[in-house]
Amino acid sequence: MFSANEKKKFGKLKKGLIDIVGSENIDDSTSGRLVYSYDATPNYQSLPDVIVAPGSAEEMAAVLKLCNDMETPVYARGSGTNLCADTCPLKGGVVLLFKRMNQILELDKENLTITVQPGVITKEICDCVEAQGLFYPPDPGSMAIATIGGNISENSGGLHGLKYGVTRDYVLALQVALPNGKLIRTGGKLTKDVAGYDLTRLFIGSEGTLGVITEATLKLIPKPESQKTILALYQDLEAAGRSVSSIIANKMIPATLEFLDQDTLKAVEGFAHIGLPTNVQAILLIVQDGPAEIVDRDIQRIAEICREQQAVDVQLAASEEEAQKLATARRTALSALARLKPTTILEDATVPRSEIAKMVRAIADIAQKYDLRISTFGHAGDGNLHPTCLTDARNTEEMERVEKAFAEIFEKAIELGGTLTGEHGVGATKAPYLKWKLGEAGLEVMRGIKQSIDPKGIMNPGKVFADVSIEREATAK
Amino acid sequence: MMTETEKKAIQNDFKEQMDYDELLNCMRCGFCLPSCPTYIETDQQELYSPRGRIALMKGITDGVIEPDEEVTHSLDLCLGCRACETVCPSGVKYGHLLEDARSIIQSHKKQSVPVKMLRRGIFDELFPNQNRLEHVTSLLGFYQRSGLSKVVRKVGFMNLFPESMATMERVLPEVPKRKEIRERPRYFEHEGERQATCAMFTGCLMDTVFFTTNNATIRLLQKAGCDVLVPENQLCCGALHGHNGELERAKQMAKQNIAAFEHSGADYIVTNAGGCGAFLIEYDHLLADDPEWADRAKNFVSKLKDISAVLVTLEFHKTHRLKLPQQTVTYQDSCHLRNVMHTYEEPRLLLQSIEGIHFEEMEGANTCCGSAGDYNIVEPEMAMQILDHKMEQVVKTDAKTIVTANPGCLLEMKVGIERKHRTGSMRAVHIVDLLLEALDG
Repeated sequence: MFSANEKKKFGKLKKGLIDIVGSENIDDSTSGRLVYSYDATPNYQSLPDVIVAPGSAEEMAAVLKLCNDMETPVYARGSGTNLCADTCPLKGGVVLLFKRMNQILELDKENLTITVQPGVITKEICDCVEAQGLFYPPDPGSMAIATIGGNISENSGGLHGLKYGVTRDYVLALQVALPNGKLIRTGGKLTKDVAGYDLTRLFIGSEGTLGVITEATLKLIPKPESQKTILALYQDLEAAGRSVSSIIANKMIPATLEFLDQDTLKAVEGFAHIGLPTNVQAILLIVQDGPAEIVDRDIQRIAEICREQQAVDVQLAASEEEAQKLATARRTALSALARLKPTTILEDATVPRSEIAKMVRAIADIAQKYDLRISTFGHAGDGNLHPTCLTDARNTEEMERVEKAFAEIFEKAIELGGTLTGEHGVGATKAPYLKWKLGEAGLEVMRGIKQSIDPKGIMNPGKVFADVSIEREATAK
Repeated sequence: MMTETEKKAIQNDFKEQMDYDELLNCMRCGFCLPSCPTYIETDQQELYSPRGRIALMKGITDGVIEPDEEVTHSLDLCLGCRACETVCPSGVKYGHLLEDARSIIQSHKKQSVPVKMLRRGIFDELFPNQNRLEHVTSLLGFYQRSGLSKVVRKVGFMNLFPESMATMERVLPEVPKRKEIRERPRYFEHEGERQATCAMFTGCLMDTVFFTTNNATIRLLQKAGCDVLVPENQLCCGALHGHNGELERAKQMAKQNIAAFEHSGADYIVTNAGGCGAFLIEYDHLLADDPEWADRAKNFVSKLKDISAVLVTLEFHKTHRLKLPQQTVTYQDSCHLRNVMHTYEEPRLLLQSIEGIHFEEMEGANTCCGSAGDYNIVEPEMAMQILDHKMEQVVKTDAKTIVTANPGCLLEMKVGIERKHRTGSMRAVHIVDLLLEALDG
């Protein structure tokens, strides 16, 4: 409940917001607030005070200025699919929606760029450019739902990371609204641009803690001529891991190189019914694209390598349609795992790809040590695994073990030269561990940047920067 | 307005009765969002999405929010099309959650006396009683045949009703005389080589207003080599009750239907209405907690099939020549036939086996047309918005004939044709009527 003072302050905020966006674009009803109190991260829920849907960059900037003046927290939210609680309004305040800023503004075929508003669904961009023979490679699992603004703010990865990189590698220019109410433009339709600090990259992956992206220009590439998909089946998890390192050591970079263990296979097959093998310990889903003769040659050599590494079978997808179904099914892995237990807690530890077999083994050992069911799938080709703990949030004793196990997985990943999170972001879930990766001096640099752009700390508070860090020694073995 | 006591009582029932594991099964990934017609039509309001609605149910159960009018409205505006279930990787049984939530809210609703009387009349007196339905239908028949309908239309009486209902009145088919329904035999013998025995689930609306479609279904089954039984004592499937929060009444009706078919000895229990089929096929869920009925319900469900699926299983389209004059045909899925009975390839296969037709798949054929049981009557505004978007897609196919597999969808498409002023150049038909036409042709 609001105190009298807070009520007065909220009344003033609401009036100010109505003046900017109109009363039809704000909602402070209980139900309206409840449905924006969460994202796809388990165990995080917090009610915002009001939901606002600005219709332009100028309105967005004005809303930020108002919130800054009133020291009200703001949270930019696309479709709420993120996995680190980044769009959960932990400290109350204003949730910003982008449903009125969802237009593709320009497809520039001469410069091979597309300019979009932040609310466009990523898949719409992919479909739009592919119809023109072009390609926007970043394809996070949630691409059919997530917005491009969200993808940029989280620097989302996907199945194409190994060969094509992640969202960061395709953002050429941004327009950003800042807490001080100013709009800035960074970058341009340029391959080369060294005028000043690389502010474009600063905002990519900043998780809404610095500013709000109001427009983006993305780089496109020609669509590969052809592609082929194979499945390699294993009875030994590490053998699958070794195949990954071996394929790359043989100087081939597949377009997609995904790992799924048996639990994941069963769960995905339970939903998709596409005939995935469920009687093996793991599979690799491997796609190569490019000119037909190179694709054929690579696929043949990759199949040989998999067999050398004790793959029990290697199967070629019969058609483009079947290949598409496999990729689509893979994107449902996390949500499909959710059908097995009430709570699925997923992590995103990433290691150099040469260490993938070691990491797979370590995860299995840690699961055993803490007596937990941890399924693993992920982008094996770029070292980005998603160990997923199948648990029940209501079982507090087990949840304590889950936390310990994940701390140990983070520890191991960092020890192998890896990181806490490859693509899901720090958000609230990994903020207490961020120091492990960056060190105190690294965090200090980040705090300095944050302070200069968002001195009042209104932008997505409670994320990235932890109130209290977890000390590494305390959890070490 | 809901009183505080009502809210508390609803909250308590949510805590006690909602399936909390199923609520937790939603991991809020949002995969359902693009499949939800009301999320799309409301310009992406999470409040009108499956994920949002589940969050509301969980919010009430957890005590985070109270069940107010907005919550009720969000649940009311759901079409119950269950498209979200087909795209949910976690396999959340949204339809069951929705029915449970509606049932709890309904049981605490203070309704005005006329509304209460009307609901009791419809749910307790009319639909569970095929006799009374036939009687009402015969009044409709009198209305149509006596010329009264023309008078009513002329004096503009229907203008007093919402536009959707006025249009609906115009597109209702000519209903049969009560005597015709009464005198239909209970047994029909197969033609050609004997393939199977089918027990026909006739349905309430299907066996009155769409009586000729039921007869066409029986004819097709005979031609496909089936002996067809029409068991006595069957009645409305209870879907209308289930979807409107009258679960107890629905259970009673389910039991009567199971008993009516139990000893038929049929290989298949056949339905020709996706909406009924989807409710019938979940009798096992409806009666899961009733030890006396759970297994009997499972047995019933195991035999249930839609007419299209039966015909394809019996290879009717391969053994019979189907032919029609040259025309473009498109198919509008019945949501419940597709999303709950998982029958969507069969109707298309049957249509594509008809010589002379060009089958044009419609963009978004798998999304709701806005009919959704009685939705078009209780939520006319949203229903018409959805229908108008649907008709834009229909027109793009250039189809002369729109085929459906459920009476609600059929009427809705007819309303759509009227609204687009295409009456005369475009028609909507039930798939069995078209198949019989193709067989005779």
